[in-house]
Amino acid sequence: MEGLKLELKEKIIENLNLEDVSIDEIGNNDPLFGDGLGLDSIDALELIVMLDKDYGIKLSDPKEGKKIFESIEVMAAYIAEHREK
Amino acid sequence: MNTQYYIQSYCKIKEACITLNDTLVFEDQNNEPKSFFKNAYKNLELKYAKFFKMDNLSKLSFLGAEFLLQDNENDAESNTAIVLSNKASSLDTDRKHQDSIQDKANYFPSPAIFVYTLPNIAIGEISIRHQLKSENAFFVFDTFNAEFLCNYASVLLDKKKAKSVLCGWVDVDNENYEGFMYLVSRNGKIKHTIKELTNIYQK
Repeated sequence: MEGLKLELKEKIIENLNLEDVSIDEIGNNDPLFGDGLGLDSIDALELIVMLDKDYGIKLSDPKEGKKIFESIEVMAAYIAEHREK
Repeated sequence: MNTQYYIQSYCKIKEACITLNDTLVFEDQNNEPKSFFKNAYKNLELKYAKFFKMDNLSKLSFLGAEFLLQDNENDAESNTAIVLSNKASSLDTDRKHQDSIQDKANYFPSPAIFVYTLPNIAIGEISIRHQLKSENAFFVFDTFNAEFLCNYASVLLDKKKAKSVLCGWVDVDNENYEGFMYLVSRNGKIKHTIKELTNIYQK
């Protein structure tokens, strides 16, 4: 699971062009949206595409993302349970 | 067009150099657009993380606007219109989007790329940064069209649709980029005429 969390941090920084953010700055329980990393609605869509492309997880309801993308910890747990790739 | 307007200041971004009113303000060894724009941004010491999410056309336009609007103390009340133009429209980003949907078996369009598949998004980025809710337009020409831009900006000012107009040519296509942006207002020394605009552009 720790490997997956690290992988997610790397993918988020790369896919969302967070050039000023390092892996060490993203805590496992930090909120990804709002006061945390400050991601926006386009970032949320990008994360949905990332789940599909890299882990074979299709979110039928984009609103599910709000809970799944709460933090790296929550995201990793969801991916570990639902991944197809 | 009875009132005389002036080119208050102008900024050129090309060949890994940025000049403001012909004075070199930034130079880089790397001419590759993404790296050059990133280094130019870092040099400005700004804290605006959204810059990194922009496509190259928006980055080019954003940088030019930063130099020209940096002395506008209250952007929101300045009523600065924006009129930009180029040749390649948003083709540079359109190609990236096309690449992501080309293969039906590997069909993953990127929302972050798709939102930049219009050239006037560059105007939107400048407007957000400087809190402008002003008149704006983006035109596509084969080459820099001094006559059209001069007339268009003058009409906006004559009709009191704006107090100043940020105009220019911002073109990005693969590894090639060229920015020529200028601010037109009642202040300045260089007359806002087709001849002067052509001279400055060709310098």
